[in-house]
Amino acid sequence: MPTAIIPALLRPLTSNRERVAVAGRTVRAVIADLERQFPGLAAHLLDGGEIKPSIAISIDGEIVPGGVLEPVGEHSEVHFIPAIGGGA
Amino acid sequence: MAASTNNGHFKVIGTRPIRHDGIDKVIGRAKYGADYAFPGMLHGKLLRSPHAHARIKSIKLDKALALPGVKAIITGKDLPKAENKLEQSGEMTVNPHYLSMNILAHDKVLYDGHAIAAVAATSPHIAEEAVLLIEVEYEVLPPVMTVEAAMKPGAAILLDDLRNKEEGDKRTNVAQHYQFKRGDLEAGFKAADYIVEREFTTAMVHQGYIEPHNAVGIYTTDGQATIYCSTQGAFEVRSLSAQVLGVPVGKIKVVPAEIGGGFGGKTTIYLEPLSILLSKMTGAPVKLVMSRSEVLRASGPTSGSKIKVKLGATKDGKLVAAQIWMAYEAGAFPGSPVGAGAMCIIAPYTIENLQIDGYDVVVNRPKTAAYRAPGATNAAFASETIIDELADKCGIDPLEFRINNGVKEGSPQVVGPPFKRIGFIETCEAIKNSDHYKSKLTGKFRGRGVASGFWFNAGMQSSATVNIHTDGTASVVTGSPDIGGSRASMAMITAEVLGLPVTDVRPLVADTDSIGHTDVTGGSRVTFATGMAVYEAAQDAVKQLIERAAKVWEIKPDEIEFRDGAVHAKADGKPPMGIKELAKRLARTGGPITGRASVNARGVGPAFATTCVDVEVDPDTAKVQILRCTVAQDAGKAIHPSYVEGQMQGGTAQGIGWALNEEYFYDDKGILRNIGLLDYRMPTCLDLPMIETAIVEVPNPGHPLGVRGVGEVSIVPPPAAVANAIYDAVGVRMTETPMSPPRLLREILKKLAADDAQSAAAD
Repeated sequence: MPTAIIPALLRPLTSNRERVAVAGRTVRAVIADLERQFPGLAAHLLDGGEIKPSIAISIDGEIVPGGVLEPVGEHSEVHFIPAIGGGA
Repeated sequence: MAASTNNGHFKVIGTRPIRHDGIDKVIGRAKYGADYAFPGMLHGKLLRSPHAHARIKSIKLDKALALPGVKAIITGKDLPKAENKLEQSGEMTVNPHYLSMNILAHDKVLYDGHAIAAVAATSPHIAEEAVLLIEVEYEVLPPVMTVEAAMKPGAAILLDDLRNKEEGDKRTNVAQHYQFKRGDLEAGFKAADYIVEREFTTAMVHQGYIEPHNAVGIYTTDGQATIYCSTQGAFEVRSLSAQVLGVPVGKIKVVPAEIGGGFGGKTTIYLEPLSILLSKMTGAPVKLVMSRSEVLRASGPTSGSKIKVKLGATKDGKLVAAQIWMAYEAGAFPGSPVGAGAMCIIAPYTIENLQIDGYDVVVNRPKTAAYRAPGATNAAFASETIIDELADKCGIDPLEFRINNGVKEGSPQVVGPPFKRIGFIETCEAIKNSDHYKSKLTGKFRGRGVASGFWFNAGMQSSATVNIHTDGTASVVTGSPDIGGSRASMAMITAEVLGLPVTDVRPLVADTDSIGHTDVTGGSRVTFATGMAVYEAAQDAVKQLIERAAKVWEIKPDEIEFRDGAVHAKADGKPPMGIKELAKRLARTGGPITGRASVNARGVGPAFATTCVDVEVDPDTAKVQILRCTVAQDAGKAIHPSYVEGQMQGGTAQGIGWALNEEYFYDDKGILRNIGLLDYRMPTCLDLPMIETAIVEVPNPGHPLGVRGVGEVSIVPPPAAVANAIYDAVGVRMTETPMSPPRLLREILKKLAADDAQSAAAD
């Protein structure tokens, strides 16, 4: 199963668990399963069904642009990290 | 300059051709935003707040409107209500509600220079005079100028609608809290033989682009609008202006002018929607151009910050724990780069136990904008100073200390995911092996310091087309404004794929109607992402060339290969056909060839840099002279080494300015006192030696040419490297930027007094 890595400030919602095994082959499915396991968590990640603009998704170490549609591998690690901006 | 690149199998990439846009720039023919003029054009000027924090009780326009030549005046009330919601815009996130309030104050002014009204008149002088006739009644409120003041209980609140759920949904100046943690902090510090803890302060600084913001807006009665402006992102100007004006994106065309510097500061909007609104009201084109003082007072600098760092290491030099607290000034509206700073601050090192807390705090200063590796330079000033101190305590060479703890492929990033192939260690080794680091520094009050830095780099969306002309030359069209020589790089990538001389490829930057969506020129992304689109567009053109040759030769495309600028039949002895010959036959084989590609680029390769600097401190004045400076940076693959070196040198020069001189200086009423470049002192060529460069090339596996992106990371190490060099020179640890003569002298005198007291006690 893929693993979701829970951001530090959301760990109170997962009984302080950092790594959570999740079912799903897309980011949308992964978040749906997180919500099933930890009700209320999805509201911190989604806005109107899309990933919040303030959050970037990293799958297996790479920032991916596809949002909730992004495919997730069987052994993937999915991180939710702050989106960044650049300058030059 | 000491730069060598491995050209490998490339013919064009890695060479140093003259830039295609060079002549126009040298002879003054290149057209910048303020150069645009149209028949009947009006000129706009802005009324700006003389207070740092005040409620607007009333605005009277009668006298100003009565002035002959004045055609229109707008205030915040003329802007439609924008949605109070965070939205993605290019690489940034934007809240249109706050963006609108920044462009024209609504009911409050939130910093000295905050725009209140915009006038359009028949001449700039009449517009200026009209601005003086606008009467505003204010209720002055206490200014909140620092993060400490803004975070204090009972602090004056800037934004009535800003809430922080963590604080119980109360009104607050703290817009956001970020936290990263892993491992066991307590156990980590317990395992440490040395712990160093310090508090750092960095000043708000400006990017210092030479060309002020400008915009010419033309609204036509069919509801279409065109904006000519200096920007790092024409598509961002279009989408942000559309949000502020409440019109569809498709109604606005943005023509990016030549750009006189941006460094991140031109990734947002100030004047653009006002030029359209004034044009709509007057029926004439309207031009607005900021003065230098307006740029400093009211465009977006980068955050000042307060950072507390506690690091622990074992005596054999292994970093074991990090606890970091950081608060960044966002300016008047949320959105400092503290999240990025928190992810960068110890990114070069593997530390098992860490906790980093970052706070985005609103203060009565201009809303910050991006500036080269936003947030990372403040952060590295703090962490890299302490890394130096720990290396010293462990008795280990500072570069060895960094190499021993440095991240490599597979090491976890601060946020958790492992790094792919990266070149941090290689930048440290490049400095270690440099003539500079091997040389002996002699003389009193002289010192050497090193520091390293990290920046993510960005991917995002880019589009490109490659057109094959009838004479076999080509043009490459992108939507990325060229702020660092990217036209040349795009032409070189095209030339490499097509096997043409680079002089046979003409690079162009198109407006928003003439090329597919392309995100902002920022995040060091153009050579990486737009370069990827160009590479794929050129490959698409090659595929079509092969198909045309197949028609001519009456064989299948897979029986043909393309190399060295010509098609070759694999099997028989047909003579190869070059692009120039094939181009003549395009009309009869299917028509023109245009290669196209659009990408939402994946495979971003992070960047690292390490800098070594020698300084001499004047013992009487504490003025710091930079004697020698070398920067090593991982470029992945340097497409045009001269422009990579230029980015490395430019970033380093800005970092040195940040270290030694630059700061926003506000008085106790929150009024900016250094509003010109004489008082806001950036380094000139007289202040700096030639900055030596060492391009490190650890190819990025996520890019077809190995490119990482080079525009930002070199600004990150200099303040810490300078601080470490100052310590080496005079034994004083500086914890505040700028390390200007008064600040450094104060610390030197404190040290001398402490030394004297210690000697007296020993006697």
